[in-house]
Amino acid sequence: MTLGIDAVTEAARRVLPDDAVITDRARLRTYECDGLAHYRVTPALVVIPPDAASLAAVVRACHEHGVPFVARGSGTGLSGGALPHAEGVLVVTSQMREIREVRPDDQRAVVDPGVINLDVTRAATPGGYYYAPDPSSQQICSIGGNLAENSGGAHCLKYGFTTNHVLAAEFVSPQGDVVRLGTEAPDAPGYDLLGAVIGSEGTLGVVTEATLRLVRLPEEVRTILVGFESTDQAGAATSAIIAAGIVPAAIEMMDALAIEAAEAAVHCNYPDGAGAVLVIELDGPAVEVEAEYAEVERLCGEHGAFEQRLATDPADRALIWKGRKSAFAAVGRISPDYIVQDGVIPRTALPEVLTAIAEVSRSSGVRVANVFHAGDGNLHPLVLFDDSVEGAGDAAEEVSGAILDLCIQHGGSITGEHGVGMDKAKYMPRMYGEEDLDTMQLVRCAFDPGGIANPGKVFPTPRLCGEVPGRHQGPHPLQAAGLAEVF
Amino acid sequence: MATDLLEAGPDDAVDGVAARFVARPSSTAEVASVMTAAAEEGLTVVPRGGGTKLGWGPPPTTADVVLDLSAMDAVLDHQAGDLIVEAQAGATLATVRETVGKEGQRLVVDETLPGATVGGSLAAHASGPERLLVGTVRDLLIGVTMVRADGVVAKAGGRVVKNVAGYDLGKLLVGSFGTLGVVTEAIFRLHPVPEAQAWVTAPVADADEAHRLAHAVVHGQSVAAAVEVDLDESGRGTICALLNGRHDGVTQRASAVAATLGSAADVATAPPAGWAAYPWGSGAVGLKLTCVLSGLRDVLTAAAEVGASVRGSAGAGVLYAALPAGDEQAVAAATDRLRQACTAHGGSTVVVEAPPGLERSLDLWGPVPALDLMRRVKDQFDPDHRLAPGRFVGGI
Repeated sequence: MTLGIDAVTEAARRVLPDDAVITDRARLRTYECDGLAHYRVTPALVVIPPDAASLAAVVRACHEHGVPFVARGSGTGLSGGALPHAEGVLVVTSQMREIREVRPDDQRAVVDPGVINLDVTRAATPGGYYYAPDPSSQQICSIGGNLAENSGGAHCLKYGFTTNHVLAAEFVSPQGDVVRLGTEAPDAPGYDLLGAVIGSEGTLGVVTEATLRLVRLPEEVRTILVGFESTDQAGAATSAIIAAGIVPAAIEMMDALAIEAAEAAVHCNYPDGAGAVLVIELDGPAVEVEAEYAEVERLCGEHGAFEQRLATDPADRALIWKGRKSAFAAVGRISPDYIVQDGVIPRTALPEVLTAIAEVSRSSGVRVANVFHAGDGNLHPLVLFDDSVEGAGDAAEEVSGAILDLCIQHGGSITGEHGVGMDKAKYMPRMYGEEDLDTMQLVRCAFDPGGIANPGKVFPTPRLCGEVPGRHQGPHPLQAAGLAEVF
Repeated sequence: MATDLLEAGPDDAVDGVAARFVARPSSTAEVASVMTAAAEEGLTVVPRGGGTKLGWGPPPTTADVVLDLSAMDAVLDHQAGDLIVEAQAGATLATVRETVGKEGQRLVVDETLPGATVGGSLAAHASGPERLLVGTVRDLLIGVTMVRADGVVAKAGGRVVKNVAGYDLGKLLVGSFGTLGVVTEAIFRLHPVPEAQAWVTAPVADADEAHRLAHAVVHGQSVAAAVEVDLDESGRGTICALLNGRHDGVTQRASAVAATLGSAADVATAPPAGWAAYPWGSGAVGLKLTCVLSGLRDVLTAAAEVGASVRGSAGAGVLYAALPAGDEQAVAAATDRLRQACTAHGGSTVVVEAPPGLERSLDLWGPVPALDLMRRVKDQFDPDHRLAPGRFVGGI
C-alpha cells in the first residue's frame, strides 16, 4: 500500500498546485473526522482539487494503484460518511465552489460540488426562485455532500429530498472517468444512474457538478409556533392536520428538554412551560394559505394548544426557526456531550414510540431530548451524557441503539437523512436481509468493482468484488461528542 | 408454490415477437420459482402487467417466457394516517385509486392508458399531467420488492417516506423496462384528494404563444398542478392549467390564471378531452420529447415543422408527439429534427412506440450518456441477459 499512496501523491503533484496536496502529518490531522467527531482517522493524503479534470486524474491514479479514496465536502455529515481512510486519499471539494449558472427561466442552477447549500438559494432569490432541500446545516454544508447523503431538511415534507431536486450531474467514476448522468430536462433515457448515485454516500464515485431544480418562491409563507402541554397533544395535532388533507411545508416538534436547550443557546422565546412545541409552516398561494392557517389554528386549539403565535415579520419567523435549527448544537448548553440520533417511524406510531423512548430514558437514567420532523416521522433524539463519567458514553450508546431498534420494530428506518456512513453500517442487517444487501452490492460492483470508493461505509461487510475493509476503521472509543459544530 | 408454464398463444406475442410460454404467478414466491426455473433452463423472460405498454421500446430479441403479473393484482395495505399504500405489481392504477380514495387520498400517478398497472407504470416510467408538482412514480415510490434474474427476492427502501438507508434500488428499476429485475410489490407515498379542481383552457395559435403562456403560468404564483398543451400538426391548439386546492382558493386562482391566458380562456370543473392521454393512436409513431423550459418554443416549432401533433406537460418540459407511420426515411428525418431541437435545450427525443419494422430501423433513444455504466449495471443484475433482452437502450 505504501508504494501505491506514493504513486498517487506523485500523480496528484503533477496535476495540482502545491498547496492542494497535503502530506504534512499535522495538517492531515485537521481532516481526521467529519461532523461525527468520535470517529477519527488520519488520511494518508489530502487533495483539494480546483476542478473536475484534476480530481478525476487523482481518482484515476487511485484506481491504477488500488488506493482507496473518500470524498468530502464541508465535512458536516453526522454519520461518519466522510471519515478518511488511513491508507487512502481524502478528496476535498471545498475549492470547487462556483455557482456556474442560475437560470430561473429554466428553473435550474448548475453548481460545483463545494457550493454551500444556502448560497444556491441566495443566488436564485433575486429571480424569484430558491433551492428547496434545506438541511439544518444549510449555512455550511455543501451540495456535493447533500447529493452523497440525499439530504433532507424541515421542508422536505412538502417538497421532497435532494434526489427530487437534481436533474443531472457530472460524475467521476471510481475508474477516474468523467461521465454525464441525467439531462437538464427530466426523464433522461436509460437507467436512472443518478438516482442510484444520490444517497450512495460516496461509495459509487464523486459528483463534480450538479444541475439543480429551483422552486418558485411562494406567494405567502406563514410560520406558526404552537405550545402544548405534552408531546402527545402535539403529536395528535400533527396527525389531525395531516388527516385534514393539509400538507404543510414543515411540521417540526421539540420536547421540553430540547426547548430548554434552545432557550439557553439562542433565546428563541418559545412559550413558557411548554411540554412540546410545534413549528408549522404553510406556504403557497395566499388564498390557500389563509384557509389552511384558519384550519391549523382550529385543529391545534382542539388538541390542547395553550399558545399559538404567528410570526409577524421575517425577523420573527427567523427567530422561530433559529430555535429549531440550532437545536442540535444547543443541547451542548445543557449537557457536556450528546449523540444525535436519526431514525424514522411511521407518523402514526409517534405517541407509542415517544412513550417507549421516555421509558428507555427513565430506566437507563440517560436523558433524551427530542427534536423531530413530526410531519414525516423523522426523529432526532439527542442522547445526553457526560463523557467524564465512567461508563456514561457506553450507556448513551446503548440508549441510542435502543431507539434505532424501536424505529425498526415499528417498520421505520435507521436513518432519514444523516446517512448510514461509518456509524450505522452495523445496523443495516437489522433493517435489510442478506439478499437485500447482496442486491445493493450488485450496484456497487457495477460502479466500483475494485471497492476503492469510500470503502467500509454503508455496508457492514462487503460481499462481492473482493473489497478489502480498512484495518483502521473499527469503532473507535467514544470520545467527546459535541458534534454538530465540527466542520 | 409451483407455477405452471403454459403454452403461449398468439396474443402473448411481445411487440411482434412470439412467446413460447406464459407463467401467471400469484405471489412473489411464485415469481421467484418461475425465475429460478427460467435461470436453470436459460430461458429469456419478459414481464407483463396490463400489457398496455408492451409495444413501447424495441421488441425483445426473444421472449421464451412471458411473466404475466395480472394475478398479483391486490392492494396489500393502505395506511391512511401514514399516507402510504402497498400494492402488488399487477394491481391496476384504477384499483389503487379506488382503494385509497375511500379515505380521501390518492396516488398522484395519472392513468395515461386505461388498464395500466403499478408494475407497468414503474417499468415504463409512465407519467401524465400531474407530474408538474409531485413528480413521477420515481418520486413517489418509497419501497420495492423485486425478484432478480437468478430468482433471489430482494427489497429496498421501506414503508416510510423518509429513508436514506442503503442504495435506492427503486430509482434504478423505474424506467428499466423489466431489464434489471421483476418488481412484484411496491410502496408509494400518497397525497390528499384536493377539495376542488379547476381546468383553465385557452386557445394557442402557435409555438410562440404556447411558450409564452406556459411560462407565464409556471413562473406565476398560482401553483398549477399541471400545465398541458394539446396542439395539432400545424402547432395550433390549446393550453390548459390544472389547479388543485380548496373551493375558494381554486376559484380565485383559476380566475387569475384565466386572466393570464387571455380573454378566450375557459374555466371548467372537468378535464378537457384527451387529458392525460398520449396523442398517438395505434399504428402511429409516438415520441417523447423533453427540454428545459426555455426550449419549449423551439421544440414546438420543430414539431409543427415535421407535422407532429403534440400533447403533454409543457410546464415540466415533457411532451409527447405523434407522427404518421409513413415511410421510414421521413420518420427518421422527422425524429432527427426533433432530436436536434430537444438536445439543443438539455433534453432528449425517444421513440416510444412505432410499428415493429420501424422500431428496428430507427435510432429510438438517440445519444445516451453513461451507456457503458448502464451496461455494467445490467451485467451485474442479469449477467446472462435473459430479462427482456433487447428492450432497452444500447441493446440492453
